[in-house]
Amino acid sequence: MRHFGLLLTRDLRLAVRRPGQTLLPIGFFAMVTALFPLALSPRLEELRGIAPGVLWVGALLAALLSLDHLLRDDAADGTLEQLVAASESLLSLVLAKVAAHWLLTGLPLALLAPLLGAGLGVPVTAMPGVILALVLGTVCLSLLGAAAAALTLGARRGGILLTLLTLPLAVPVVIFGARATKLVIEGANAAGAFYLLAAVTVLALTLAPLATAAVLRIAVE
Amino acid sequence: MVFTWFHRLGSPPHIYRLSERLSPWLTWSTALLIAAGLYGGLVSSPPDYQQGDGFRIIYVHAPSAWLSLMIYSCMATAAAVGLIWRMKVAHAVAASCAGVGAAFTAVSLITGMLWGKPMWGAYWVWDPRLTAQLILLFLFFGYMALRASYDDASRADRLSAWLAVIGIVNVPIVKFSVEWWNSLHQAPSVMKLARASMPASMLVPLLLMFAGFTVFFLAFLSVRLRAEILRREKHSAWVREMVANA
Repeated sequence: MRHFGLLLTRDLRLAVRRPGQTLLPIGFFAMVTALFPLALSPRLEELRGIAPGVLWVGALLAALLSLDHLLRDDAADGTLEQLVAASESLLSLVLAKVAAHWLLTGLPLALLAPLLGAGLGVPVTAMPGVILALVLGTVCLSLLGAAAAALTLGARRGGILLTLLTLPLAVPVVIFGARATKLVIEGANAAGAFYLLAAVTVLALTLAPLATAAVLRIAVE
Repeated sequence: MVFTWFHRLGSPPHIYRLSERLSPWLTWSTALLIAAGLYGGLVSSPPDYQQGDGFRIIYVHAPSAWLSLMIYSCMATAAAVGLIWRMKVAHAVAASCAGVGAAFTAVSLITGMLWGKPMWGAYWVWDPRLTAQLILLFLFFGYMALRASYDDASRADRLSAWLAVIGIVNVPIVKFSVEWWNSLHQAPSVMKLARASMPASMLVPLLLMFAGFTVFFLAFLSVRLRAEILRREKHSAWVREMVANA
């Protein structure tokens, strides 16, 4: 547990000292979302219909963009090897990495979504639901992305490969998340979609760290 | 020992010789089954009462769709066996499955699209089965790309094995999610073979094709596996001996 806390604060501190890298995915999300009204139409009624898809695809791409740094920077300078060698359990290392990644990308993306959503005609009453869906979904994306990042750690052209591996795994999250967001925006009962989204996230939380830890052990040996 | 047979499965020369012995049997049964199935399907069975001759693509489409998922399961099982018992041959089996699995997934998608155009009026509808199949194709591609991007064979084996295992957990969830997603979209005007049973003149050739495609996969796998084993064991004594005697 102490291990987890130390690693988490280390990752957060490092992120604060590299603001450019940390803010990049968030800026990317904002810009991608702003492109849709420009490319489609400025009419809010039209944009409201596509808002869930735009927000979710934007968030997914932004999360993917930042995954490349999740393990690669530490692997490049040898820190990761030391961390793996020193860890009493790889699981806490993985969970700390995922938690840091989520706090630095997932959470800011979810909090930014209402602001961008307002530009897409999302009603104010739907904002808590939009945030909740993205919070649940980005946790799952961070967990799946960590597994893919560990798989591609030593690979040639790892960055593109990382995207190729994560996208099929992320399909259920995108479907359930965008559906929950859509129902919330329409003012319909979205409980079922939220339960499914939460179920996928809990499943990822249970299984993905185990796989990531096992993969990490192979990757750094 | 009870487990001798299991240990022998882990021995590349043993598997190589076993595959060599099985190969002609598999090849000939493939040829016979597919020839019989094609004759039954394309010549002797009557045209469908609604779809006319268009339905006959089912004799290629359905068996390849079945094989795509079957091969993925085979690949993931072999990968898991390789991870658990550290069996190199199992990793070679998984590696040999990927290409042929992706090919059958692509065949089922393409034949599905060709069938969809006259029957549904569009090459592509976001039908849950089509979508799930497309995701399966991406999983195969990801597996092959991951394997290709590592030079170290042992690392490529184990990492891609983990990907196959993660993928097999994901497949049912994707299946469920696309079905649920689609059920909330407007229902596409899909005309499915909703009848509970087919007449025997159609069913028998279809079953023959299923059997023929499955045996074809085994025949193909056995050739691929031997090539894979030779590539991996090219510096070992038994391969040198075999080449010297050939």
